[in-house]
Amino acid sequence: MGLLSKKDAKLITDPLTDNNPITIQVLGICSALAITAELKASIVMSVSVLFVLGLGNVVISLMRNIIPSKIRIIVQLIVVATLVIIVDLVLKAFAYELSKTLSVFVGLIITNCIIMGRFEAFALGNGPWKSFLDGVGNSLGYAVILIIVGFFRELLGSGTLLGIQVLGDPIEKTGLYAFGYENNGFMLLSPMALIVVGLIIWVQRSRNQALIEEN
Amino acid sequence: MEHLELFFKSIFIDNMVFATFLGMCSYLAVSKKVTTAVGLGAAVIFVLAVTVPLNWLLDQYLLQEGALVWLGPEYADYDLSFLSFIMFIATIATMVQLVEIIVEKFSPSLYNSLGIFLPLIAVNCAILGGSLFMQSREIPSLGLALTYGVGSGIGWFLAILAIAAIREKIRYSSVPPALRGLGITFIITGLMAIGFMSFGGMLTGGDEEKKEKNTEATLSNNLEKESKVITIDTAKKSEHDEVAVNIKETQN
Repeated sequence: MGLLSKKDAKLITDPLTDNNPITIQVLGICSALAITAELKASIVMSVSVLFVLGLGNVVISLMRNIIPSKIRIIVQLIVVATLVIIVDLVLKAFAYELSKTLSVFVGLIITNCIIMGRFEAFALGNGPWKSFLDGVGNSLGYAVILIIVGFFRELLGSGTLLGIQVLGDPIEKTGLYAFGYENNGFMLLSPMALIVVGLIIWVQRSRNQALIEEN
Repeated sequence: MEHLELFFKSIFIDNMVFATFLGMCSYLAVSKKVTTAVGLGAAVIFVLAVTVPLNWLLDQYLLQEGALVWLGPEYADYDLSFLSFIMFIATIATMVQLVEIIVEKFSPSLYNSLGIFLPLIAVNCAILGGSLFMQSREIPSLGLALTYGVGSGIGWFLAILAIAAIREKIRYSSVPPALRGLGITFIITGLMAIGFMSFGGMLTGGDEEKKEKNTEATLSNNLEKESKVITIDTAKKSEHDEVAVNIKETQN
């Protein structure tokens, strides 16, 4: 990391593991779960959040000295809403099908707690460059969980990854299906997203005992 | 009847937490005690009941394609729906502030119990989600929008109350250490969501019982509907047949 100082690098790497926005800070779960039935949707969602959070953090951090603290929530919401409208229009223009599957969840990036949480906790008190790194780091941490959940749900649920059949053809009975393997359609239903995230938390906390909570 | 159907549908079938995962952040963060959960839940019902009808009016008379026609015929082509995110969130944020001020003035005791939660609510996905779903499901009237708002609020309230009660009890059981706190809450919510999925049969299933109770008039109505369904079915079949014939022809 010649480009970044040690402290700056920590801003990016910390949210990926020990300070993960989803599993540790409990932020941004709302939209994270509903759209993870497909890997593609998870990736698009992650990129959208990366864009909104990275840029939003910089904007808020640049304005941090002129925002009156009483109306800061409204100011933050307007900044996010503007960025989200850009994302929404871009998705509608270039990936119409996908924006249909994401439906209202693009709009819900506005109230994604990850974004407001980082604005409040970081961007209001730090300079633009640091805020940018923090935004990128946190959205990458968000992306990691989304992609893991999306990967397992799509693989076990419909036997595909990014729409490509990786386990063989279920109708022609090739690949794994030749041995009597069946897709678990249950994985595609929304409750399984919660349980998969629960299992991820379990694995993560078993590996790092310091993260274990009091009951 | 319409109202009742939408009301129960928004509470049980399209439950905010279990079906669409809205408002999960505060659902997980504020569900450690039943009393605080009740406070937040009540605030959510209240704010949803105010903002959904308000945003319905906005959507109907400002944002939809052709909504500005009341200004004059030359405005009929305007479509401002790309502004809906920003309008909705601005309405919600200002409404929350307003509600906070009003409640503080007129009912200090309610303010003390809701007070700390109200600002939190502006960024609760359930509130914005309520308005966005109201828009995407094209709810037809103001009254139905109000029903939808109240119904989804109650659904959210039920969910947070249930999880808070479970979490209070779970303190006395031995959960694997790494699952304690957040992990087990996720898994319980998942199991509860599976349970709530069974409500999906409430409006679609159980038709046989209803039919027996129906009067003759509705029976004939049903018959008409059924005959329509049958005609549609036959139409579909004939299409299928045509397709099959076409395929055969091409094969030949």
